Amino acid sequence: MREYQNIFTQVQVSAPDYPGVPIGDAERNRTKGIVHNHLLGKLGDAQLGPIYLGTLGVFSLVTGLLAFLIIGMNMLASVNWDPVQFVRQLFWLSLDPPGPEYGLSIPPLNDGGWWLIVGALLTTSIMLWWARTFQISRNLGMSNYLAWAFGAAISLYLVLGFIRPILMGSWNEAVPFGIFPHLDWTAAFSLRYGNLFYNPFHMLSIAFLYGSAVLFAMHGATILATSRYGADREIDQITDRGTAAERGALFWRWCMGFNASMESIHRWAWWFAVLTVITGAIGILLTGTVVENWYLWGMKHGIVPPYPPLEAMPVLDPMMEGAQ
Amino acid sequence: MKIINMKWFASAAVLGAALLSGCDIPPQETVQRGYRGTGMEAVYSPEVLADLVAANQVPEAIPAVSSDGPKAGDIYQNVQVLGHLSVGEFTRLMAAITEWVSPEQGCNYCHVAGEGFETDTLYTKKVSRVMIAMTQNANENWGAHVGGAGVTCYTCHRGNNVPEYVWNIGVPPRHASGMVHQMQNVAHQESNAYASLPFDPFTRYLLEDNAARVAGDTALPTGHESTIESTEYVYSLMMHYSDALGVNCTHCHNSRAFAAWDQSNSERVKAWHGQQMVKEMNNAYINPTNQWLPAYRQGALGDAQKVNCATCHQGAYQPLLGANMLADYPNLSRLAPAEEPAAAMEETTEMESASLDNGSTSGEAH
Repeated sequence: MREYQNIFTQVQVSAPDYPGVPIGDAERNRTKGIVHNHLLGKLGDAQLGPIYLGTLGVFSLVTGLLAFLIIGMNMLASVNWDPVQFVRQLFWLSLDPPGPEYGLSIPPLNDGGWWLIVGALLTTSIMLWWARTFQISRNLGMSNYLAWAFGAAISLYLVLGFIRPILMGSWNEAVPFGIFPHLDWTAAFSLRYGNLFYNPFHMLSIAFLYGSAVLFAMHGATILATSRYGADREIDQITDRGTAAERGALFWRWCMGFNASMESIHRWAWWFAVLTVITGAIGILLTGTVVENWYLWGMKHGIVPPYPPLEAMPVLDPMMEGAQ
Repeated sequence: MKIINMKWFASAAVLGAALLSGCDIPPQETVQRGYRGTGMEAVYSPEVLADLVAANQVPEAIPAVSSDGPKAGDIYQNVQVLGHLSVGEFTRLMAAITEWVSPEQGCNYCHVAGEGFETDTLYTKKVSRVMIAMTQNANENWGAHVGGAGVTCYTCHRGNNVPEYVWNIGVPPRHASGMVHQMQNVAHQESNAYASLPFDPFTRYLLEDNAARVAGDTALPTGHESTIESTEYVYSLMMHYSDALGVNCTHCHNSRAFAAWDQSNSERVKAWHGQQMVKEMNNAYINPTNQWLPAYRQGALGDAQKVNCATCHQGAYQPLLGANMLADYPNLSRLAPAEEPAAAMEETTEMESASLDNGSTSGEAH
């Protein structure tokens, strides 16, 4: 017998167009077009659209696309408008922040100015999109969990590209735009500030990140495993605990003694996800501003295990020995 | 159903094979070089190691000759840096240098047939004199880096007129005027081992007098001013070190604290002395020869081709895998004695002042 599954479902639910709940005046913010797509139906809902755009959405898309375009044009310019080289070197290309010599001043366009403009546009785009998540939540009569979760991610973005560079007095501290370049920035940042792994907030962020992945897998698997008993109606099961919730709970209780409830597992997941970026943001914010070298800081506070000298004669800094 | 499974399996196998084709054939050999659990280990692939050994064979030494008898400086004219050798030793070294540096062109690469050996007509003759002095200086004064094995002309040249691995001051690749130019994040740069890092770390650290250290040396901020940009330059330089020596970071460092000397292997001290040595070579020896060089021996900015780690190391953690060629050619191991003709002394002074000029010029160019 065919059964309904959440991903790669064998059953396509074919339904008439559904524009969504009536939202009064704000309805003009919704597009009209609705498409049904079989492939999309394999992964989720087959209906594409309508999308709720509104003023916020339109300006967010415009500023976001503009930022994207400026990044792309700068990368293209850096390979002398050569489309072949643009594709070949795409992962290497970047739009870099101004050099350290500019501090927080406004640099020439070709020396970090474009980076500053893109940063402003992208931040505007993201903030508008954030406001939009509040707006849509309100229109649907939802509370603001989604918007605040997105806000947590934005806090990390702002700390990396705006708040910390200002505290450090140099745009050069910020992240470049580019695929490999932003990864290399991450490595250089850790090297410069004595190994981010010894930053306790970085540790917390990693714990929450991995924890999020584990919780997501545990919860997803539990619901899928008990959906044959109605666990896909999770919300029903919260208020009216049925056999699906019962079995899921028993599985984890037998497995590890403790089990989350049908409701609390979502709070676990939400807080883990949100704390990943919030602790991350705190960790970045402290780096360079109040802690110079996390390894030495960790040594000082007993976080880092000392190792015995590697060689019979301990290695010394040649510049401290008064060598040439 | 079965057929579909077979297809999946076949495509997965093909994809897997394609992904693995870039790897060295196992088994790799691992040697622990630091405290347990720190990942400080050397990894050798037998396949790669065999190639490395084959590429680092030392040519057979010319039979040694007596150091007795008349001195080259007394018999020949215009012998400035090797005048203290016996005529036999001198001739033997000339033969060896020909084999090492210009096996195809022979003596005529530096000497003009028909003219006397003493004339300095060709730029190659003048440059090679400076290069011999540079080699002697490295062996005599830079034991902290070159150790007992030392260096000879062959260490770098390996039968080439110009060593295979040299560098010039970097210029940004062609870019639209008025738009961003990249001194980093350019693909396929050998200098930084193909990373998206600055592609010319050499000018800053192997020519100009900058210390390649960026990490803060205190737990809390005390005004340490290194930037992310300079960190990326040092990172790029370290990529070069690693690539040139065919080693990973942990050859020198404990990766948990790259900056901490007490966590490092003593190889790191050797590398530090190497940086100082190369800086001196480029400023005091290579740059002054630039006045004689033809344009095709210069970089885009008209600078001489300079030395970095790869020039000698060429992928081996010790050049020629530590072979002691110097034992066969001890004449390259010491500077000419102080009582050299006055001409040589003048030459040296001139070189030093020239190097200072060149240093500041390159600074501006950068």
